[in-house]
Amino acid sequence: MNDPLIIRGIEFKSRLWVGTGKYKSFEETARAIEASGTDVVTVAVRRVNIIDRSKENLLDYIDPKKYKILPNTAGCYTVEDALRYARLAREAGVSDMVKLEVIGDEKTLFPDVCGLLKATEILAKEGFIVFPYTNDDPVTAKRLVDAGAAAVMPLGAPIGSGLGIRNPYNIKIILETVNVPVIVDAGVGTASDVSQAMELGCDAVLVNTAIAGAKDPIMMAQALKHACIAGRLAYKAGRIPKKLYASASSPIEGMLT
Amino acid sequence: MKIRVNGSEMDVKATTIAELLQELEINPQRVVVEVNLEIVKRDKFNDYKIKEGDSIEIVNFVGGG
Repeated sequence: MNDPLIIRGIEFKSRLWVGTGKYKSFEETARAIEASGTDVVTVAVRRVNIIDRSKENLLDYIDPKKYKILPNTAGCYTVEDALRYARLAREAGVSDMVKLEVIGDEKTLFPDVCGLLKATEILAKEGFIVFPYTNDDPVTAKRLVDAGAAAVMPLGAPIGSGLGIRNPYNIKIILETVNVPVIVDAGVGTASDVSQAMELGCDAVLVNTAIAGAKDPIMMAQALKHACIAGRLAYKAGRIPKKLYASASSPIEGMLT
Repeated sequence: MKIRVNGSEMDVKATTIAELLQELEINPQRVVVEVNLEIVKRDKFNDYKIKEGDSIEIVNFVGGG
């Protein structure tokens, strides 16, 4: 299906974006990414291990020529930290994109909306292509777009929870509210969650734990790849309206009397 | 010279960022360096003089979602 997603002139061939955390090895990470069919992978910025420098590098397994690297600001609880991580990530030279996280609560990892808006505004002015990870709140989504977000990434459910899309109606309203791509991020547990997001009309879905935490990550990556394509096709095909009562598929005329 | 690297106190011979990375056996192409909260551009690694007491962060990309 030739149906690329284009954001700020960047063409994304796959609408399934994947994270690279929680895998058993870099080798498994690479295989799962390949199986998912994605061309976008998220990464985190962390200190180099200066004690054990023999450790391999993630980028030995992810070719930046083949994949678009989307750095995140995961773990940041303040605007200042998020800005610092975003700037460090950009300095690595892989892209101007950032998946912006400003977390407000340790237990739920829900975003700090006020901090997120502030950081989005600052980074957008600095030329970043900002993808804010946000609540499934249409008002916040609109504010983020006004602040310069290139897309919005509402959560389906808390990060790593696998609960699926808990507020599909909110996601639907966000889709009708904003004029930028909507990418469901977090909460996806399995293939049907990806399909649901795509059937709602979302532009892409970002998953990490659903693949990395599956019994067979490679097989789950394949499943989500197909689910994403199926959901997108179903959305474009246009589903039938839901009705309370039956309507026969076979003709009434010609029945034997 | 005593400096702080990634949160740890270190005594190093290096006088520039490039020498520090060499001393720590870190590939300069793969990292981003911050000295006292200011990012140092990669093309300045050779010229950037580090001084006693500097707080240096050397970061790279790791797996994340």
